[in-house]
Amino acid sequence: MSSRADNRTLTYGEAVFEATRSEMARDSRVFVMGQGVDDARGMFGTTLGLHKEFGPERSFDVPLAEDAMTGVGIGAALMGMRPIQVHQRMDFVLLCMNQIVNMASKMSYMFAGAHKVPLVIRAIIGRSWGQGAQHSQAFHSYFMHIPGLRVVAPTTPHDAKGCLIQAIRDDNPVIMIEHRMLHNVKGVVPPESYEIPYGKARVLSPGKDITIVGISHMALECVRAKHLLEDAGIDAEVIDPVSLSPLDISTIAASVERTGRLLVVDTGWLSCGASSEILSETFERIGERRHFVAKRLGYLPTPCPTTKILENLYYPSPQSIAQATYRLVRGENATAWQPGKVDSAEVAEFRGPF
Amino acid sequence: MEERSNSPAARLYRSMYLIRRVEEEIIRLYPTDKIKSPVHLSIGQEAVSAAVCDHLEKDDVLFGTYRGHALYLAKGGDVPRMMAELYGKVDGCARGKAGSMHLVDPSVNMMGTSAVVATGISNAVGAALALKMQKSRAIVVCFFGEGATDEGAWHESMNFASLKKLPILFVCENNFFAIYSHVKDRLAGPGLQARSKAYGIPAELIEDHEPMKLHERAGAAIAAVRRGEGPRFLECMTYRWRDHVGPGEDRIHKYRPDEELNAKIEGDNLKIVGDLLPADQRKSIEAAEEKRVADAIAFAEASTFPADQEVYDHVFAG
Repeated sequence: MSSRADNRTLTYGEAVFEATRSEMARDSRVFVMGQGVDDARGMFGTTLGLHKEFGPERSFDVPLAEDAMTGVGIGAALMGMRPIQVHQRMDFVLLCMNQIVNMASKMSYMFAGAHKVPLVIRAIIGRSWGQGAQHSQAFHSYFMHIPGLRVVAPTTPHDAKGCLIQAIRDDNPVIMIEHRMLHNVKGVVPPESYEIPYGKARVLSPGKDITIVGISHMALECVRAKHLLEDAGIDAEVIDPVSLSPLDISTIAASVERTGRLLVVDTGWLSCGASSEILSETFERIGERRHFVAKRLGYLPTPCPTTKILENLYYPSPQSIAQATYRLVRGENATAWQPGKVDSAEVAEFRGPF
Repeated sequence: MEERSNSPAARLYRSMYLIRRVEEEIIRLYPTDKIKSPVHLSIGQEAVSAAVCDHLEKDDVLFGTYRGHALYLAKGGDVPRMMAELYGKVDGCARGKAGSMHLVDPSVNMMGTSAVVATGISNAVGAALALKMQKSRAIVVCFFGEGATDEGAWHESMNFASLKKLPILFVCENNFFAIYSHVKDRLAGPGLQARSKAYGIPAELIEDHEPMKLHERAGAAIAAVRRGEGPRFLECMTYRWRDHVGPGEDRIHKYRPDEELNAKIEGDNLKIVGDLLPADQRKSIEAAEEKRVADAIAFAEASTFPADQEVYDHVFAG
């Protein structure tokens, strides 16, 4: 491999497209279905033109019937096909819950291995520019609750490609969580095929003072917070779980064992959420032998407001993450510290409409 | 015997007799509490499964519901493994993980049945999509009760099957009742055939107590589907003699007139089909099926329960 190939950068959306296209070329059982996958926008470019390259049977539009279309995907998977279903907004995946929870996740177990469901569901979380209460929700914790279902939430373009390839090749149902704010973020993506294994967290940036776990888009915000914290002399370790179910608690717990501090920043609400799971599993793993302090950040416990001025309050930001980290490291009585300014360009520049 | 059993009536009688006797044995065994699972009996409804499945080949794919004993048996599902499954034994068709409501036999393409009403219908449509993509000659048959047609999933599935002209036969077993709720309290408009036709799917209604006509019409519908003419819909009027769930009768609940049930039992489809056969042929079929049932029960009794560690098996495939 040339050094140019080593450093090739793609956006997250391009990485998702490349994974899909290469798997469709490799395996004729792979097909894509979803509302708008074959339209001029091509699901933010992630499915653009696949119907022309592979034929309309292998990348097709569907009726607005999320329940039955999920069931159709499951039925095709039962017969040996490998469908990829795409939802431009995760909010609509609520309409698929019966099929995902009662069928896809249970068939292997209920029928003692007689059936398998190699189905991939891509669910995109929205944010910014007025997405409002019903185009911005993150339900990854709902799926983490269900045995028989794998949940991945890659943050980097590299991991997006590898997670999707792994999901397509898996004989089990997989929900891949994509954050809309990540689609235009660039990163190094190797041209060849590779799989990102389940249950392996990625240390995005090592540090010694505190362990910050950031989920999906929040991992990116946590890295920004880490840079702000350098001003205050705090060296944070940022971990991206990548795979939410199964969860790599070993990597997180080992980090907390060193730092004695844990901040979990979720792309979602806190109550019964991924952050609760990460914190409680970490405590179960090391709590008897290692005292540590912990805090969670996530969406405010409200529906998402549409107007920008309120929406800004709703999401954790690099500043609020840095501030919370500072208090956790220095203690509640420490001298006040004001983090610097940093732009989250992907949020600030987003003009949607979706 | 072989030659005579090739008549449709003989094949139907064999299938229906097996279903009736398996379920009567379930009723007999139930008080022993060896079957620790809810059972939804098909007694009274055997003709639909038997008549439709008589036209199917092994490669044809069948989807059904929690009231699935008849379908499993009519498709040629393994009888001893069904019985062992009801007993929760390790030799059951799903090693005791399924019970009565989720029977499965992949060797005859009897897909696992679902207990959430209407939930398997879209899976059947997806299987038909796969068969079409794979250019298979096989077809899908999807059984459900009239209660399932209340669900949006049925409408979404009918639309998509028609849109893609998929190789699927929808068989609605209309037994009038969703548990104890009558269809007239749930269904608006001109009925299910009209709804099916509105989706562009040719539909036909077959009255109860006409098992040979049902057999003939099912054959015609299946032939059309196999020719690539797209989906077909059969509304098969039928009647459940027993309670919605459990082995008993349900006259105590007074949701249907005793006379209505009595008339249905009087007009037993099993007797109608049996009367078409010479007595010696009938007796010969009965003797053979009695032995199969007895052997299946003995198999279930002799099998063991799964080991503790099996609780973790098969959460994921592979």
